[in-house]
Amino acid sequence: MTTTPEEEVLETTTLSTQPAPVREPSLGVVGMMRWGWRQLTSMRTALFLLFLLALAAVPGGILPQRGQNPIGVRAWIEDNPTLGPLLDRLSLFDVYAAPWFAATYLLLLLSLAGCVLPRTRMHWRAMRAKPPLTPRNLSRLPVHRSYATDDAPADVLEQARSFLQDERYRVNAYDGSVAAEKGYLRETGNLVFHAALLVLLVGVGMGSLLGMSGSALVIEGTGFANTPARFDVLETGRMYGDDDFDPLSFQLEEFRATYEESGAKRGEPRTFEADLVVRDTPDAAERLVTVKVNDPLVVGGTKVFLTGHGYAPRFTVTDGNGDVVLSEAIPFLPQDGNFSSEGVVKVPDARPDQLGFRALFLPTAAVTEDLGPHSTFPAPIDPAVFLASFRGDLGLDSGRPQSVYSLDAEGLDLEQLGLKALRVGETYELEDGAGSITFDGWEEFATFQVAEDPGKELALWSIVVALAGLLLSLGIRRRRLWVKATTADDGATVVEVAGLARTEAGDLDGEVEAVVTALRKE
Amino acid sequence: MAVNETLATVSNDLVYSAMAIYAGAFVAFSAELAFGARSSARPALHTEAAATASGAAVRTLSQATTQAPPKQSRFGRIGVALTVLAFALHLGAVVTRGLSVQRVPWGNMYEFSLTAGLAVTGVWLVLLWRGRDVRSLGLFVVGPVLLTLGLAVTVLYADAAELIPALKSTWLVIHVSAAVLCAGVFSVGATASLLYLMQSRWERTGGGGRLATLLPTSASLDRTAYRTNAFAFPLWTFAVVAGAIWAENAWGRYWGWDPKETWAFITWVVYACYLHARATAGWKGRRAAWIALAGFGCFLFNYFGVNIFLTGLHSYNGL
Repeated sequence: MTTTPEEEVLETTTLSTQPAPVREPSLGVVGMMRWGWRQLTSMRTALFLLFLLALAAVPGGILPQRGQNPIGVRAWIEDNPTLGPLLDRLSLFDVYAAPWFAATYLLLLLSLAGCVLPRTRMHWRAMRAKPPLTPRNLSRLPVHRSYATDDAPADVLEQARSFLQDERYRVNAYDGSVAAEKGYLRETGNLVFHAALLVLLVGVGMGSLLGMSGSALVIEGTGFANTPARFDVLETGRMYGDDDFDPLSFQLEEFRATYEESGAKRGEPRTFEADLVVRDTPDAAERLVTVKVNDPLVVGGTKVFLTGHGYAPRFTVTDGNGDVVLSEAIPFLPQDGNFSSEGVVKVPDARPDQLGFRALFLPTAAVTEDLGPHSTFPAPIDPAVFLASFRGDLGLDSGRPQSVYSLDAEGLDLEQLGLKALRVGETYELEDGAGSITFDGWEEFATFQVAEDPGKELALWSIVVALAGLLLSLGIRRRRLWVKATTADDGATVVEVAGLARTEAGDLDGEVEAVVTALRKE
Repeated sequence: MAVNETLATVSNDLVYSAMAIYAGAFVAFSAELAFGARSSARPALHTEAAATASGAAVRTLSQATTQAPPKQSRFGRIGVALTVLAFALHLGAVVTRGLSVQRVPWGNMYEFSLTAGLAVTGVWLVLLWRGRDVRSLGLFVVGPVLLTLGLAVTVLYADAAELIPALKSTWLVIHVSAAVLCAGVFSVGATASLLYLMQSRWERTGGGGRLATLLPTSASLDRTAYRTNAFAFPLWTFAVVAGAIWAENAWGRYWGWDPKETWAFITWVVYACYLHARATAGWKGRRAAWIALAGFGCFLFNYFGVNIFLTGLHSYNGL
């Protein structure tokens, strides 16, 4: 902004009255603390901490994070064996749980609180104080107009007072002038915004202490009960006990998916729906609820979301003795958009040897030279399973933890038998009379996210209030107007109207002009 | 639900027509820069009074001048007229795309880019219509819009189709429309900040040639940048909050540090820095403008970078 001569004069005046540098006495402990507090709560520090917060959040926006993408983290560390562990030690794969991230936002909040509290006190005083005394020289103000009139000074000032009051200014009449100020809501909004951010953090904290979230896989025709044991993944807040689970349960009757059937987007999903028979409590009546992706089941404070789905092929296995040792649907993990799904069938009860199968379920099966067996459409139009069979010891008693989705033959006493592709109803007679496996058909499964967050209402309301405060603090301008009427030497009344914007932007010229117009019209 | 292929084709044709007219506007604005008629001497132009002349009829007594508003060149007027025409065609393209699939036209990156480009032009035209001194920004608004549309029809293009289930929600209308509008306002704000940085340098060094005389004063550019960014900030807050409500309703948590959420947060904090910087001595002016540009960089990264290079829950790019 260009400096006007007036501003330059003002600046020199300020500089000339600045006290000469003095030798500062030693501060002492209390003084040091007070100095530290001042530094922490200064705008410059707040700005610095905001920068730091943005900067601290960046690595979590680029590197994969454990909470969101644990597989990605493992892959990243494996691909970068030197850098990976180093970054891991710096919590760069758990940024938002890292102590240094917490330190940044806690310092920022402390700085915020230390800024908001004294400003609230000041604003409280300012709101009850009179608009400030009219400056001696109004022509020095950024906006200034004057005109001569025959009206008496007292009349002009009375008109000005009533006009400004109608314009909702806070007005105070001084001797020979009127002072007015408007836009106090700006600072109110500003303070409300910052205070509401503190409340928001309380809401977030409540959620992580008193809330829970977990995911569970449910096969069609089976049920789910909201108890810790039933979850595949479960996170509970520090103050969330086993008694706090809402006692809901449901049965997955049917899962339905539809897909785009032709064109460039062939295979893209169009609808997902899960029909549930729900009991809100063990004694409650059953009710039928259809859950969709953006339409969860709500029971009390708990919500159940449909988050994924897949296929669970059904097998019957007989062992070498001719006994049926397994007959169930086993969930397979989808590997691509067309639901080529991988899974394993482990039969520890088979005798004389245990049996194991690594399998691929293809809802619409195709085999090409490039891709091998794969699926070409996500719906089960022409399903098939491809099996690799093993016999021996599955190692389930070794105490080594195993995934139910993988069969790692390495290190196990397993003998590979044959490979086979099966369609529904077909049976594979294993070599050497080791047993047989029949592909009976399939069920679909759905994965559900179950979540309870008692802090979310508080978080929502605080952010709504914060937004309202933000709109006030950015939309309202604080400005002062003064009207002065003096009698000139020739007996005429000289009226001066001047304005000072205490915040940038806005049409102060127009407002001063409006006062002048109103006064001259009378 | 079937896609209306005829309307989808009309939409595509309108996009190309709009691009042709935008290109015409771009040429006209360039011609204004090359042969423009804003001939007044620079020192006179660069007073406060001249900058506010178009917006406020009243001049202060201490600064009163008799300077008339700078004369618009014929090329500049042609540029504005062509931009209005291109905007109408562009609007038609967005509306027909929406009608062809019977939903809001922002379900993938192609559609979002198409609509966001419309928002950029729209915001500039609204500012112009409300008498702000932004006309000479035309070249720097139409250029990026043209680039965005070019990217949309080549790299990001996706055929008209029904939505995936994750996007079938009322919140798509609320959350994404707010984000689209933010794209429009932030873009104009960033343009003003960038030009402010150039102009404030030229005002000190006397460089910049014809462009410097064509552009508003640095003070005026700074004001435009502040107003647009201060308008966009609450809107962006709203967009993020609406997204959080949707996330709570779709995934069971309102905030999960998904890459898209993370970058939305970073963008928000950087723009908060900008607003604070403007109220901090020593950070006003050029430093604040740099922060605004950093914020816009984060906003762009959240769109292109996160959608294309990072994996997360917001995988709707349609590529």
